Amino acid sequence: MRKFDTKVQHLKYQVLKEVAKEAWDDTLLRNFLNIPKIIVPGDEPTMRCCINKERAILAERVKMAMGGNRENPNNIEVLPMACDKCPASGYEVVADSCRNCLAHSCEESCKFGAVYFDRDHRAHIDKDKCKNCGQCAQSCSFSAIVKRERPCMKACKVKAISAEGGKSASIDNSKCIQCGACVYKCPFGAITDKSYILNVIDMLKKSAQGKGRVYAVVAPAIYSQFKHAKLGQVVAGLKALGFHTVVEAALGGDMVALKESRELSEKGFLTTSCCPAFVSYIKSQVPDMLPYVSHNFSPMVEMSKFIKQTDSEARVVFIGPCTAKKGEAKLEASKPYVDEVLTFEELQALFDSRDIELEKLPEDVLDNASYYGRIFARSGGVSEAAAQALREQNIDFEAKPLVCNGIEECMKALLVASKKLKAGQMPEYNFIEGMACLGGCINGAGCLTHSEVKNKMEVDKYGKEAMEKSIKDAVDAVVI
Amino acid sequence: MKITVCIGSSCHVKGSREVVETFKRLIEEKGVQDKVELGGTFCLGSCRDGVCLEIDGQIYSVTPDTAENFFNSEVLKKI
Repeated sequence: MRKFDTKVQHLKYQVLKEVAKEAWDDTLLRNFLNIPKIIVPGDEPTMRCCINKERAILAERVKMAMGGNRENPNNIEVLPMACDKCPASGYEVVADSCRNCLAHSCEESCKFGAVYFDRDHRAHIDKDKCKNCGQCAQSCSFSAIVKRERPCMKACKVKAISAEGGKSASIDNSKCIQCGACVYKCPFGAITDKSYILNVIDMLKKSAQGKGRVYAVVAPAIYSQFKHAKLGQVVAGLKALGFHTVVEAALGGDMVALKESRELSEKGFLTTSCCPAFVSYIKSQVPDMLPYVSHNFSPMVEMSKFIKQTDSEARVVFIGPCTAKKGEAKLEASKPYVDEVLTFEELQALFDSRDIELEKLPEDVLDNASYYGRIFARSGGVSEAAAQALREQNIDFEAKPLVCNGIEECMKALLVASKKLKAGQMPEYNFIEGMACLGGCINGAGCLTHSEVKNKMEVDKYGKEAMEKSIKDAVDAVVI
Repeated sequence: MKITVCIGSSCHVKGSREVVETFKRLIEEKGVQDKVELGGTFCLGSCRDGVCLEIDGQIYSVTPDTAENFFNSEVLKKI
């Protein structure tokens, strides 16, 4: 079974796996320069114009797998050498496709007078006049007008990526929310997330020598991942790697649901705080909404904090679909609780670096959280959980959620809500659920496979398998 | 004395919640609140047995059915 969606992911995985292998063997510092040659051993190029460029880019990928540029606080970085400087010129007429027709519907449709014709009656677009509205492209019977857009810029809804003067992509850290949309969408793998896999290996090694116990806190989105094995086998695999035990972040979701619903009833208006990319957007772009952001921790931090209260020797690694969590874990408020973050992509590399074949392992158990904690992973889940938590706690307050699926919906909702609240008006909803990724965490950039519909069904199924049927039961079972 | 009951997945599905409830009830019934402290942790490393618990560094295994007997014989005896 294919483990990844794209060849770019597979390449990143190969690099991570080799880096991890060397790290386990304590040979990384001696051998890291050889890794590009291990991945492309032949004389002929396999992906780029020449083998030297391929290996040079792979060397950059190795650096990212080893933590990347520490001077740059952003966990998402461009590899300028890997960037193909895709055309970003906006609407253009494709010369071969333009039939030099008589109708000139493109010219008719353009309200800005930007379409003109040469001596051969071939259409052209005047860039100075064009407003990129796309009317001409829609009107052309031959689909001869296309929009030249960089996939990274198209993926980045918060407009943090620029490509001025046809240069390599560049990320504006003040706008970037580290959601990783560009990482998944760049067809050249030229934007990538820094990996802290070495820190995790280091923790596991120390733990094997009796220094600390490493807990894996796994996000509920895991259920739709690693489809070549059963979830119980993934848990067994984590223990085989040396993790002391595996705990559901969803149980932290249950804890958050109880607290956040109380907070909502007390404050009367709230936005969620579980998606770090959403919170980061509010911080940088809509700061007047900050007072309305839930003061509760995300399920990741809540769960990690709880674990550390039960075990003073605990080190916690959060494993999930999210690149933004790498940033959240470094915030002052989360730092004491979350020691490191891995994505599912990185976990697959970690398994394979130790030749752990999940499908051959016996099934272990992962069952603490309720249905509601588990569905935090998908759009609409937090809202359902909050409403349920209000009912379970007999709080007489009606949650009126506005479910924002994807950062674009979040941006619109925050803008409207901020205007209304500033004017002293109450919006028709009182709870904004913000998820930066379309579909929610199940479609995060660090997922092995991305499918909004299939992954949602999987997570709902996982939710229904939970032994505890209510949020309170799940939480009461662990809070002693 | 501190009793640490495993609340991790494996023990949870075997009934750690009932074991904790039984212990809580017995601690109150016997009036030993000041002598027995109850806590939880996510794994005691003996997942194959019943619900695991630790007292003074030693691991024991109980089930929801044997929890009361265990408390009476092992816990009360030692305090």
